[in-house]
Amino acid sequence: MRILLLAFVGTLILACISLFVGVSDVSLPALLSGTADARAVEIFFISRVPRTFALMLAGASMAIAGLVMQMVVRNRFVEPSTAGTSESAALGFLVVTLLAPEWPLMAKMGVSALFALGGTALFLRILKAVPLRDVLLVPLVGIMLGGVIGALTAFIAYRSNLMASLLAWNMGDFSGVLRGRYELLWLGLGCGVLAYIAADRFTVAGMGKDFTTNLGLNYRRVMVLGLVIVSVVSAVVLVSVGSIPFLGLIVPNLVSLVVGDNMRRTVPWVAVGGAGFVLACDIVGRLIRFPYEIPIAVVMGVVGSAVFLYLLLRTQRHAG
Amino acid sequence: MIITSDVSKSYGETAVVDGVSLQLPKGGITSIIGPNGAGKSTFLSMISRLMAMDKGSVTVDGLDVAKTSGDVLARRLSILRQDNHMTARLTVHDLVSFGRYPYSKGRLTANDKVHIEEAIGYLDLTALSGRFLDELSGGQRQRAFVAMVLCQDTDYVLLDEPLNNLDMKHAMGMMKLLQRAATELGKTVVLVLHDINFASWYSDYIVAMKHGRVAAQGPVADMIKPEVLSSIYEMDIKVHEIGGQRISVYYG
Repeated sequence: MRILLLAFVGTLILACISLFVGVSDVSLPALLSGTADARAVEIFFISRVPRTFALMLAGASMAIAGLVMQMVVRNRFVEPSTAGTSESAALGFLVVTLLAPEWPLMAKMGVSALFALGGTALFLRILKAVPLRDVLLVPLVGIMLGGVIGALTAFIAYRSNLMASLLAWNMGDFSGVLRGRYELLWLGLGCGVLAYIAADRFTVAGMGKDFTTNLGLNYRRVMVLGLVIVSVVSAVVLVSVGSIPFLGLIVPNLVSLVVGDNMRRTVPWVAVGGAGFVLACDIVGRLIRFPYEIPIAVVMGVVGSAVFLYLLLRTQRHAG
Repeated sequence: MIITSDVSKSYGETAVVDGVSLQLPKGGITSIIGPNGAGKSTFLSMISRLMAMDKGSVTVDGLDVAKTSGDVLARRLSILRQDNHMTARLTVHDLVSFGRYPYSKGRLTANDKVHIEEAIGYLDLTALSGRFLDELSGGQRQRAFVAMVLCQDTDYVLLDEPLNNLDMKHAMGMMKLLQRAATELGKTVVLVLHDINFASWYSDYIVAMKHGRVAAQGPVADMIKPEVLSSIYEMDIKVHEIGGQRISVYYG
């Protein structure tokens, strides 16, 4: 509990740093004493605050989505970007952007979530048809499926001159976050809260179908609830800031090593860890070649693949 | 009482369980024995609604397992299969606590906590209760699973090969524990057992299966006989009476 509190405080500190990193000169003393010029105040409330909120919301909800997915699929290495979910969400968003460009963002997000759900269902279908003995093959199948869906998406985007948009969706980036353009992410947090409420069900589902049935729960229903949560979060994050790879994989795995998998206990950890991790990566991306920015997806990809490798090698050692 | 009528299951052309109609008595320990591939585990899975039947029906105290809500059944009947691979990293205490899920839905009451501590104590896991399952030996893990099922506190407890992975001491401890659960707490325990001597020593009733059908059934005295066992297992089995218990010898 004390450590969790510490992590929470650490994340808050990162959030404060995130508020004051940027090209425009916005400083805390100036804001508090009221001596800051109107422009700085405006930047603070229109850009910095929303960006920091967006980072925390996206980080927490993506990490929770990864956790839920790992429990219901019963594989440590799946998350929306290794199960075809994110790619399907992008395809859905592209399709709805082409066919119904006048729809409100909320409706487009809904279509994107439906595609995400469909893509994930397809992934599970494939897993069922090809029983895999090796836990590492499961995410590989997901990555391949994601590749196929991604190629289809790229083809459509290419033919309709939307490559630039597609690139933006696939490359998570918070530099464009402004007030009025990130609020959908609160819905992601809502999904995270829902996951916390249903935490015990997901833990039971993580014990396997037989245990779930024995304890009187409908396995299928828990599974569907979990996948809906994962799909909505993926779609929300995709349409708001673009997809963030690895996040849903790294944070839950690191938390699992320390506190285990009882979701009632781990969800707060994963939420705080996800928010903190995204904040940290974003700050690094903003500082590394200041005053320019590196998209968070790039920073996350580099850090994430290193941690992923570590986890993979660790598993192999344990298996051997 | 568990009543099965014409329960069947086939995979493709092969009938794994073929029209089994049985009445398993309430109370005491009933063991299901038989050679590999006799359909024992499949049969147990169907009784406990883990597996759908192709044909037939099962009732537990009058409740049809295919139609009764899972939630209600979970407070009547618990099942532990063999070979449980758990990817979720839970502590022994967490795992056992989930045995109370059918009652508390995750919000443990004081009464639940008593059950949890008791179950952990029964299975001799108190010292290990904070350990993660993936840090335990196979036998310790098996005991943790059984503790969870006992914590579920159901009238009917179904266990598939509960002695898997257990050394002699813990195997005996497990059977004694199940015996106590049957006599003191009035549970009905149904086991799939491979070791016919354990079955002989601890069972009140034995069902022998072969080729997906019931080959013989009855109290121990009628079942643990050379002619019955030899025909079930298709090998030469001698039965000796030692201290009032029937012990089978089949080692060569």
